[in-house]
Amino acid sequence: MSFLKVSKITKNFGGLCAVSNVSLEVEKGELVGLIGPNGAGKTTLFNLLTGVYTPTSGTIELTDNGKTTKLSSLPPYKITQNGVARTFQNIRLFKERSVLDNVKIAMNNQVHYGIFGALLRLPSFYRDEAMIDTNARELLKKVQLEDKWDTLAKNLPYGQQRQLEIARALATGAKLLFLDEPAAGMNPQETQNLTTFIREIRKDMDLTIVLIEHDMSLVMKICERIFVLDYGKLIAGGTSEEIRNNRSVIEAYLGEEEN
Amino acid sequence: MNTTIFSRKNLLWTVFIVALFTLIEVLMMADIIGAYYKITLMLIGINVILAVGLNIIIGITGQFSLGHAGFMSVGAYSCAITIKMFPTWWGFGLGILIGLGITFVIALLVAIPTLRLKGDYLAIATLGVGEIIRIVILNMNITNKAAGLSSIPMLNSFPLLFGFATLSVILSANFKNSAVGRACIGIKEDEIAAEAMGINTTRYKTMAFVFGALLASVAGALYASTFYVIKPESFGFAKSIDILVIVVFGGMGSLTGSVVATLALGVISLLLQPFAELRMIIYAAALIAVMVLRPQGLMGNYEFSLPKLFQRKKRKGEGA
Amino acid sequence: MQQFLQQLINGLSLGSIYALIALGYTMVYGIIKLINFAHGDMYMIGAYIGYMGITVFHLPFFPALIFSMAFCAVLGMVIERIAYKPLRNATRIAALITAIGVSFFLEYTTMRFMGAEVKTFPAVLSDKSWIIYGLRINFQQIVIFATSIILMVLLQIIVRRTKIGRAMRAVSVDADAAKLMGVDVNATISFTFAIGSALAAAAGILVGVYYNSINPLMGMAPGLKAFVAAVFGGIGIIPGAMVGGFAIGLTETMVSGYASSLYKDAVVYVLLILILLLKPSGLLGKNKKEKV
Repeated sequence: MSFLKVSKITKNFGGLCAVSNVSLEVEKGELVGLIGPNGAGKTTLFNLLTGVYTPTSGTIELTDNGKTTKLSSLPPYKITQNGVARTFQNIRLFKERSVLDNVKIAMNNQVHYGIFGALLRLPSFYRDEAMIDTNARELLKKVQLEDKWDTLAKNLPYGQQRQLEIARALATGAKLLFLDEPAAGMNPQETQNLTTFIREIRKDMDLTIVLIEHDMSLVMKICERIFVLDYGKLIAGGTSEEIRNNRSVIEAYLGEEEN
Repeated sequence: MNTTIFSRKNLLWTVFIVALFTLIEVLMMADIIGAYYKITLMLIGINVILAVGLNIIIGITGQFSLGHAGFMSVGAYSCAITIKMFPTWWGFGLGILIGLGITFVIALLVAIPTLRLKGDYLAIATLGVGEIIRIVILNMNITNKAAGLSSIPMLNSFPLLFGFATLSVILSANFKNSAVGRACIGIKEDEIAAEAMGINTTRYKTMAFVFGALLASVAGALYASTFYVIKPESFGFAKSIDILVIVVFGGMGSLTGSVVATLALGVISLLLQPFAELRMIIYAAALIAVMVLRPQGLMGNYEFSLPKLFQRKKRKGEGA
Repeated sequence: MQQFLQQLINGLSLGSIYALIALGYTMVYGIIKLINFAHGDMYMIGAYIGYMGITVFHLPFFPALIFSMAFCAVLGMVIERIAYKPLRNATRIAALITAIGVSFFLEYTTMRFMGAEVKTFPAVLSDKSWIIYGLRINFQQIVIFATSIILMVLLQIIVRRTKIGRAMRAVSVDADAAKLMGVDVNATISFTFAIGSALAAAAGILVGVYYNSINPLMGMAPGLKAFVAAVFGGIGIIPGAMVGGFAIGLTETMVSGYASSLYKDAVVYVLLILILLLKPSGLLGKNKKEKV
């Protein structure tokens, strides 16, 4: 049974069909790419997979340790609590908060004291706060942001903001990560660092990763399999070799060949 | 990192609060703070409770609520009706509890549908709720309609009020500096991102809203037992705006700011008392000026910290 | 049946008042996404200026109407320049709070200079009424209804057929794009405030004449209800404000007539909350979702 199973997902916005009948499967531990020309519906698919949009039809299922959860009708926060996290194309950090706070907020589900524990400062409060603080700092160390822990997120350089964006998603404890254009706006050196980074966290934290990217060097280098969307439809799926030579993919990007 | 409730920071604060209280009590007993000023202090104390509660809703969770006075009136009337029947300490306690209970139910009923709304729409909806509460109270027999309730036993006193005010500030600070507070701040910053981080935004928004409403209810009960008359128009939209002005002036998100602003505006109000209408004009003009020139208010996001104050003094001493 | 028709007539004149005020709300919201809290007070100022025009300058009704509309148009533009323009890029909460400040400023300044008590508005329109088929119709009600319709038609002509109207529509949709197309966005916004304020002023005078009394706080309740009307019809949509105004006016008179006049205001607020929950874009509005 595959880890993530998307079956015949369709999303209509009024008359516009943004995603049409898309089916795909991702195995546990895979690093998969999602590519396609602008407007193909990639981010919309992500939004469907993370609960931001409700599908017009079709299902999304997550199977882990023999248990299958239907994700398609869950609100975004429940999906995250089921181990699925995402980053945003336009970076949605908590700008006025520190780097540490950004990570702590994402770790909210590890906290067990409720409102009463907080208001009355019960021992569980101090215990859990200490735990969160330790865990958050450890995570920052893993992503090499630990010495910036009290910098406001808005004051970080762009590359580190993107790193923090990913760190936050990791902080939720997710096992399935959706990265939406993680390399957007990066120069070749930064992209190289990001590539290494993604490889490392995948290994260290036993993650399954699906990423949307326009940077073909990144995609071809690290993705084991690639899915291609065009006009909301899935037009190809396979290894990077297969995709590189796929006629429909080339046509989608470059238009039909003239004879 | 604090590991228990018995920390140096809490000790410092306790000393500070006890000292402050003692100072004020002494000044009152020596009649340096006369009866007139005492009433002002009581009002300031009540407004502190209202302001920090509203700040949790608006400043920390970003939910723009304009109906705060509605919850104050529920607390006021519940308490007034109860202590008129049982003019004892037990009655007072019961009155406050009844007020809290009714407020809790109403706040929950209001929160669940309306907190789905955003920004301006939420503001107007909460305004409507406040008005509905006022109109209902205006038309009920048990609340004596437009004439209001009078001869309410004045069971309140400065020590009691000071205690409640301090407790409110402490609880609000505890709310803010916790995972609950962090989640709420995340919601304020970017609700979509907060949801994506696994935060049940509806749950936390409701928590903050109910928390603020309960504090308003307590403030209302204390108000009723201080000023022996209450009328529906004391808790109208104008009152909600009064508290909003305090929160905005002090800095939305800064509890220290709310306390300071309550004090400052209370004093200014006092000084301008002889010029009643002019005072409101100045008030309004000042509000516009603050929003145009310094929208983050007096303190912005800043929170006063006693330990940090001593740390800085220590470092200055070492450097010298 | 007769009761119903009578309430209908009353509702139409009340509705036209709400529609006039609602138009100002909706146009301003459409163009700068601000709920102009002070708009209800513009209606009040219009009534007071009309009052002064009649008692001090001895103007007859229609010149007083024009005078008041002109004055308020200018006042609206001044307020926009001083209080709202600096906050165009601030948070919505900041703008809303400023609007609240302006509202209070207008109310208390009027109180200071004109007195807080209710003033009798001079009876400049004949209070003749007719009974047709058992239904009472006031001359004043006809004037209110007719004036409102004429003003609304004029507004539609301006918005649909003139250059400035086109500019208003363009800025509502996308201010930056409009700017790039050469539209003077600041002037357009000023003009929008001018028209909205003038309409509110007209409503104020009409109410002053009809109810014979004005007071500095008269703008609060009608202002709020007109806002409900604007939201009901679809905030930002001009025909929506007209539809909403009549809908709320009719609802209020029906509740007043058939149920209890004590709760008529509460019913309107409940209606507001229901609309916001069920269809926040209003009767004639379209749903818009935030792009993620």
